[in-house]
Amino acid sequence: MVDAIYRSESRRVLATLIRLLGDFDIAEEALHDAFAAAVEQWPKDGPPANPRAWLVSTGRFKAIDSMRRRARFDASQGKLAEQLEADASADAEWDDDGVPDDRLRLIFTCCHPALQADAQIALTLRTVCGLTTEEIAHAFLTQPPTLAQRIVRAKNKIRDARIPYEVPTRAALAPRLDAVLHVIYLVFNEGYSASSGASLTRQELSAEAIRLGRLLVELLPEPEAVGLLALMLLHESRRAARTSPEGELVLLEEQNRASWDRERIAEGLALVERALGSNRFGPYAVQAAIAAVHAEATSAAATDWPQIAALYGVLAGIDASPVVQLNRAVAIAMADGIEQGLALLDTVHLPGYHLLPAARADLLRRLGRLDDAAAAYREALGLVTNEAERRFLERRLVEVARPGP
Amino acid sequence: MKYLCLICAETVMERMTKADAARLFEEYVEFTKGIRKDGHFIAANRLLPASAATTVRVRNGKVSTTDGPFAETKKQLGGYYLVEAKDLNEAIQVASKIPGARLGCVEVRPIAEDPETLRAIGPTAPDGPR
Amino acid sequence: MQYLLMCCFNEERWTKLPNSQRDKIMQEYGQFDQSIVKSGHYRASERLQSIAASTTVREKDGKLVITDGPFAETKEQLGGYHLVECRDLDEAISIAARIPTLPFGGVVEVRPLVPASQRLAPAGSTGGH
Repeated sequence: MVDAIYRSESRRVLATLIRLLGDFDIAEEALHDAFAAAVEQWPKDGPPANPRAWLVSTGRFKAIDSMRRRARFDASQGKLAEQLEADASADAEWDDDGVPDDRLRLIFTCCHPALQADAQIALTLRTVCGLTTEEIAHAFLTQPPTLAQRIVRAKNKIRDARIPYEVPTRAALAPRLDAVLHVIYLVFNEGYSASSGASLTRQELSAEAIRLGRLLVELLPEPEAVGLLALMLLHESRRAARTSPEGELVLLEEQNRASWDRERIAEGLALVERALGSNRFGPYAVQAAIAAVHAEATSAAATDWPQIAALYGVLAGIDASPVVQLNRAVAIAMADGIEQGLALLDTVHLPGYHLLPAARADLLRRLGRLDDAAAAYREALGLVTNEAERRFLERRLVEVARPGP
Repeated sequence: MKYLCLICAETVMERMTKADAARLFEEYVEFTKGIRKDGHFIAANRLLPASAATTVRVRNGKVSTTDGPFAETKKQLGGYYLVEAKDLNEAIQVASKIPGARLGCVEVRPIAEDPETLRAIGPTAPDGPR
Repeated sequence: MQYLLMCCFNEERWTKLPNSQRDKIMQEYGQFDQSIVKSGHYRASERLQSIAASTTVREKDGKLVITDGPFAETKEQLGGYHLVECRDLDEAISIAARIPTLPFGGVVEVRPLVPASQRLAPAGSTGGH
């Protein structure tokens, strides 16, 4: 019973304890103590009517208690205990009207731009999602002590530089929300197409990112948050089709659409409509709209490429990055003609990114310019890091270097 | 809480055209007025360029001086603002309005106000901020 | 004439000094401060937190960019400063030479402030380049 409550409430309790106690480590200790007390008392007395309130209260008092005990050796702890006890706002927490959910405060604090990007990810996964340092380290192919240090440094920075535990004001929201969405998308991508290593996907990370995305939309239904959730769901709907049973890469145009997750697609499509309907949408919503067009096509041949090309045009208008230009060029190749797409590709500058020569190689291959295609595949092979993608490119290279019946 | 805003740039004010420099200077005057009014201002100073610096070290028990700054970085320190802010977000807000932030960057560093520091170097100046 | 004495020290090296050594240096700083207050040179001083607590703010393409860390990665890091009023550079150097971190590998940069008479003038009239 306590286990179930831990799974459903511990993150929210932690977020509130951080606000009340003003410190991540003290709050984590308080959380631990509160659940220890629950394990002891609830089987005997039965669970409380409001478990979350009970846990927050208990955690807070246990923290104040330990500060009192430590005050015998360190006077500052005693003063702190007094301040915390006198904090009247601790009781106002249960009204829930107009008061931002503490998890939102936590997300924005963990994703504060004054923290390093990898620290934002680690801290978010640890405190908002509750993953252990081992799980996070494993997912990102680092060593647990390295990751633990990263989290410690982030907490120290929050404390020493006094990063406030708050949701940004409306005026300051846009760039801060961007930072949060960026973290969530980075986590999703790390799980969707692992940047290096032997296998193509790490499902647990993507699932966590989607969970985070849902939480964000629940707490702060901004169009871009809705757009990001839609994008992640639509990408995720294709997971089963994306790799062959042998772990080989299967391109979108060759995927078995029957294995696409229709429920996720339906949810994603509804969210895309919601995001676009707001007129305040941004790049994530447009990318989601593009994914939606693919999702609605019953077959690769039935894909509405002109619609996709048009959407990339919209995207390029709000996000001038070279990756967007690359994808737009490919869409135009499919919609208006390969030569046109190739010409556009040549204007894209993306050194070190394997998908650029890979895209060029593919278009050249379709045009029958096999020698040029081979050269481009070789260039892509020089840059690719993911093993499954490497094998795919090698297969293509073999095809164009020795075209056969 | 006190924060030191270190203003750094590759293009030192002295190397700008007269017109650009005059404009930049006016912006600084406005900015300083603004944060005085808002109660953030504690102190500010403008430094001569790194070429006017002298670095002091002790080598083999002897004091040695060399011409130049302590580190040859592309960006050099040109001045600073010492400000009072309630948290990092507020300090960043103030720092982002420093005209130098546009041209170079501003490093926002909290002042050490821990008990050990205060105990060791406590109040010094008769009317000092400590 | 006012000079900024920037006290720099390799932060990693600082953490490796024994606690007693660091405490002693901080105490000596206290004594140093008192002495230059007495001698009339002291104008201001602050100790900074580590660069781990630093945040850098810049502008790129009209947007504010906030990143973790100091503006430059250097061997030694700025740990604190003293603002002093001195007759000339030699006097400033002689004061800088007494800063307690020097015997332990510390480095002090002595930088003149823009002279008061010119501080309120736009650049170009500072006798610059």
